[in-house]
Amino acid sequence: MQADNIKKTPPLLIALAWAFVGIPLLAGISQTLLNAAKLFQ
Amino acid sequence: MTSTNSVSSGSGSLLPFLDRQHTIAKPGYSRWMVPPAALCVHLCIGQAYAFSVFNLPMTKLLGVTQSTPDDWKLTDLGWIFSIAMVFLGVSAAVFGRWVEEGGPRKAMFTAGCCWAGGFLISALGVYLHNLWIIYFGYGAIGGCALGIGYISPVSTLMKWFPDRPGMATGMAIMGFGGGAMIASPLSVWLMGKYATATDVGVLWTFVTLGLGYFVFMMVGAMIVRVPAPGWKPEGYVPAATPTKLITKNDVYVYDAIKTPQFWLIWCVLFLNTTAGIGVLGQASAMSQEMFPGHITAIAAAGLVGLMSLFNMGGRFCWASLSDFIGRRNTYFVYMTLGFALYVTVPFAGGTGNVVLFVFCFLIIVSMYGGGFSTVPAYLRDMFGTRYVGAIHGILLTAWSAAGIAGPVLINYIREYNITHGIPKAQAYNVTMYIMAGLLVVGFICNFFVKAVDKRYHMKNEADEAGLSPEMPQAAKA
Repeated sequence: MQADNIKKTPPLLIALAWAFVGIPLLAGISQTLLNAAKLFQ
Repeated sequence: MTSTNSVSSGSGSLLPFLDRQHTIAKPGYSRWMVPPAALCVHLCIGQAYAFSVFNLPMTKLLGVTQSTPDDWKLTDLGWIFSIAMVFLGVSAAVFGRWVEEGGPRKAMFTAGCCWAGGFLISALGVYLHNLWIIYFGYGAIGGCALGIGYISPVSTLMKWFPDRPGMATGMAIMGFGGGAMIASPLSVWLMGKYATATDVGVLWTFVTLGLGYFVFMMVGAMIVRVPAPGWKPEGYVPAATPTKLITKNDVYVYDAIKTPQFWLIWCVLFLNTTAGIGVLGQASAMSQEMFPGHITAIAAAGLVGLMSLFNMGGRFCWASLSDFIGRRNTYFVYMTLGFALYVTVPFAGGTGNVVLFVFCFLIIVSMYGGGFSTVPAYLRDMFGTRYVGAIHGILLTAWSAAGIAGPVLINYIREYNITHGIPKAQAYNVTMYIMAGLLVVGFICNFFVKAVDKRYHMKNEADEAGLSPEMPQAAKA
């Protein structure tokens, strides 16, 4: 069966790709939120 | 449909693995790998918005603790960002077709080399204390990376997500907004690490950023794929009845710019961006002058941070919303709601209502970001997916034009008001009304956007050959 030969992208690889861009982005967002908190002080 | 590209990839390429045909996804490849690939590029080039963190240290390269007469002036340094923005618009317009035909990997790779090269050349400029080298490095070469990198994943994402094109491009363009949030604290931290008693640390920060961005962008270039011809997401059924404002045909890039639709959308983007940039660039000074004693310099910095978050979030949320309510309607919302908010700002200032003022600014800036992320899908609806990246590239000249018009409008009108005796707290009122007026013009332009005339649609035979109907016979052969 041809369908059985289809190699799907492993979910772990997808998670890694998202973590690769997500972690720096979240770090940047958290820094920005800390700065933004000054507006309410 | 066939895959494009006989034009660029047929002849022997120096790096064949970059060619479009080598990036066609095998069955089973998950489309959810493509947004991270796009983000790898956009998060890096988004650094451009944070370049101002280098301005002050670069005025003290020789004096270190304070500026000496031979040090660069802040006004001279301001040109670096301006040159980069001009090159962004020009390169996106000039290289748009090449990006579309060469494929996303080749474009991302080129953008990565230019971006890293721009930083390394600028480091040399710092070392030799020659500002012209930095104008060339970050301004010209880095600017080209901005233009090519910005448009490189856009059409690929829309091909992978025909069911949610707005959301897909929103994810990538959100990265451009988020890039500055990473770059700003990272650059400050690096400069702190590299600073010595005789060096402000800019040179090695440029080198580190250049190398780091290169690695990051190469990862994006390696994992990106284009869908195989005829690929559709599982369970996706294109609408059986054609929608009036969503074409199933393609329009060639140089035919698209002959249509009134292109120029109407150009005006819509220009006006939305002009209004947004005017507020974004002046938010700190404006908030402090409109609410003296209430909003301090520190609180204003907090407002700017919050605005950058809304700018980023707006790019994703508004573009995603456009998948449900339609692109034209989304721009109607920007124009109508924007008008109401701009008119409300002077009222908030007059009544001393800080909360209302902040609310207005945050929504305005979210729609500024949304304008950028919704426009690729708007172009796709009008001109099809085939050349949407190239058409988007040309449309980005609206951004460059707005980058000049927005700050000029807000600064000159403020100066004019102050020299004519208007108190600082009210000096921005006229500007806000003018911005609201711009959005009315934008509303009218958007109203006149109709489906593209059939005579602009690409012919089938040319479509199958992957060539423009306008191309000479020799090129077709």
